[in-house]
Amino acid sequence: MTAQLSIEGLSLVFRTRHGTVKALENVSLSVERGEIVGVVGESGSGKSVMAYTVMGLHDPAARIESGHIAFGGTDMLQASPAERDAIRGRELAMIFQSPRTALNPIRKVGLQIEDVLRRHAAIRSADLQRHAVQALARVRIPDAERRYHAYPFELSGGMCQRVMIAMALACSPSMLIADEPTTGLDVTTQAVIMDLIREMSRSHRMSTLLITHDLSLAGEYCDRIAVMHAGHVVEIAPTEALLRSPAHPYTKQLLAATPNPRSTVSALTSIPGQLPDLRGELPVCRFSRRCERVQTICGEAPLPWTNVAANHFVRCRVPL
Amino acid sequence: MSTPLLEVHNLIKLYPVGSRRKGALLHAVDDVDLTIGEGESVGLVGESGCGKSTLARLLAQLIEPSSGRIVFDGRELTSIAPARFVRSRDRARIQVVFQDPTESLNPSFRVFDSIADPLRRLLGVRGAPELDRRVRHAAELVGLPDELIMRYPHQLSGGQRARVGIARAIAVEPSLLILDEPTSALDVSVQAVILRLLADLRTRLGMSYLFVSHDLNVVRLLCERIVVMYLGRVVEVAPTETLFTAPSHPYTRALIAAIPDPARRGEQRLRLEGSPKSPIDPDPNACRLHGRCPLGTDRCVTASPLLRHLGDVHYAACHFA
Repeated sequence: MTAQLSIEGLSLVFRTRHGTVKALENVSLSVERGEIVGVVGESGSGKSVMAYTVMGLHDPAARIESGHIAFGGTDMLQASPAERDAIRGRELAMIFQSPRTALNPIRKVGLQIEDVLRRHAAIRSADLQRHAVQALARVRIPDAERRYHAYPFELSGGMCQRVMIAMALACSPSMLIADEPTTGLDVTTQAVIMDLIREMSRSHRMSTLLITHDLSLAGEYCDRIAVMHAGHVVEIAPTEALLRSPAHPYTKQLLAATPNPRSTVSALTSIPGQLPDLRGELPVCRFSRRCERVQTICGEAPLPWTNVAANHFVRCRVPL
Repeated sequence: MSTPLLEVHNLIKLYPVGSRRKGALLHAVDDVDLTIGEGESVGLVGESGCGKSTLARLLAQLIEPSSGRIVFDGRELTSIAPARFVRSRDRARIQVVFQDPTESLNPSFRVFDSIADPLRRLLGVRGAPELDRRVRHAAELVGLPDELIMRYPHQLSGGQRARVGIARAIAVEPSLLILDEPTSALDVSVQAVILRLLADLRTRLGMSYLFVSHDLNVVRLLCERIVVMYLGRVVEVAPTETLFTAPSHPYTRALIAAIPDPARRGEQRLRLEGSPKSPIDPDPNACRLHGRCPLGTDRCVTASPLLRHLGDVHYAACHFA
C-alpha cells in the first residue's frame, strides 16, 4: 500500500501575547489509499490544528517548527501557493463542522458547486449546471434539480452537510478531510451522513481523515484510529485493536469515560487532572502528570514510539 | 410506580408564526401526557426541534402553556399566574440545570453569589452565617473545592462551571430537578464525572429527575424510564431496558439504530431518510413520522395513532406497535 497522506514529525507553535503555545509536537500520521483514519481527542488536543495545517489553512500566528506533510508526491509545506491551490479542492478536499456557516449564505448552493467545478475541473460552461445537479444527486439529495436553486438557509443542517460533501466530492478528490462533520447534527442524520462518507470513500477508493471527539463514532466507521492528547499523537492502531487492547493509559481512560450501550454509571470513570497548559514548560510525556503508571523513566527524552503489535504504535515508556 | 410527583395532562404549547392574519401555528408541544414519580428519574429524548426543551421549560414554569394541566405534588400549577408562582414555595421545589454552564451563569457573580442568590430569593435565607453555611454545604455536595467559592465563572474550568450550575439548583433542596442537556458542552472525561455526581446526588437527596438529552447512551445511565418525542408528540414511553431491547415505535428503533457502536460495525441498520415535516400546522389526521417511516401505509395518513398501552409501563403511538 502507498500512503496518500503522510505527516512526519510535525511540530507547530502559536506565538501569542501570553506566550508560545506548543500546539503540535512531533506528530506523525499516515493515511493509505482508500483508508478511513480517525483522529480522536478532547478539545484542545490539537486534532483540528493538524487537519488545518494539512490543508494549509492554519492561522497566520502559527509557525511550523519542523516536519513534513507529503500528499501524493507533493511536499505540502514546501509547495508554492499555486501548486497548493491546484491540489486543494481537486485532489484534497475538506468538509467542516457547522455546514451552514461554511457555505456562502447569499449564493445558491448549486452555484457554489459550480464555482468549484469551474476552478478545478475542465468542464465547458454549458455543462456546469448539469454536473452540479449530478453532484447533488450523488450525495442523494432528493429533488436535486430544485435544490440546485436553494439557498443554505432553506435547507436543514443535514441537507447543508450533504451539499458540503457534494462540493468536496465534485472533482472526485483522492482524499477527504472531515473535521467533526456531524457535530451539531441529530443522531439519525449523523448516521445517514457517516454512511454516505463511508460509501463514497469505498466506492471511489478515496482516503478519509475523520476528525472527531467521539470515540464510538470513530470506532464504527474508521479502519484505523489515532488518539491525540495535548498536541501529541499518543497511539495509532487498527480500530479493533485500539478498542479491545489499548496500549496507552490515556486511550484506556478515554474508553472508560465514553458511555456505550453497555456501560453503567458506576463503571464510568473520569480522567484525573486537566490538559496541561501548552504555554509553559511541558514534561516529555504530556500525559505523565495525569498518569497513574508514571515512572522516573517517563521523564527521559525523547519519547519513543513503541510497536506493541502489528500496525499498533504507542508513544509511552510503560505501555499497557 | 411510586406516587406521582408531577402529572401532565394534554399539555399544548403553540407559537403563532408569520403574519397574524394567516394565523399559522407552530405546534411545539402537542397534547402531551407525562408522569414523574416521587424519586423517579425520567429521560426525555428526541431530535432538535422535537419540543423536548419546550416541554422542559413548560414543566419548569418558565413559559406558559397554551392549554393543558400541570399538577405538582397535588397542586394545579397551571392555574397560578406566573407572577404569583415566582413567590410560591413550589418555585424552589422545581429547579433547572441548564445546558451550557458558561452561558447560564452570571459572569459578574462570584460562585458564592451564584449559589446564594436562589437561597435569598426563593427561601428567604437571611443572615450571613446561615447563608454561608448553606452555600458551602451545596458546594460540598457537588464536590466544588472551598477555594473556588470566591472565584468568577471565567476563572473556572468547564467541569467546575457545570458543578456550580448544579450546586445553584440543588441549594434550595428541590423535589424535581430538570436537567436540560447538562453535559452536552463537556468533554467525555468531564462528562463522566458529572454523570456520576448526578447519580450520586439523586440517591443522597432523593430528588426526581427529568433528564433531557439527545444522547441515548447518556440518558440510559441515569434514567429508569424514557420518553421519546417526535415533532411535539410523545411517540413512546418505556422502561429504559425495554426501550433499548424491544423498542416498539419505528422512530425509536431508528434512534437506537443510529447510536454509533463499534460492536455493531458493518451491520445493516435501520436508517431514516429525509427530514422531519414542518411543525407548523401539521395535518391532525396523519402520523407525524409518515413519509420517513419504513412502515407507512394509507392508514397512517387518515388516522393519527394515539399512545397505546403495550404492557407494564410501555406505551407507543403507532398502528403497528
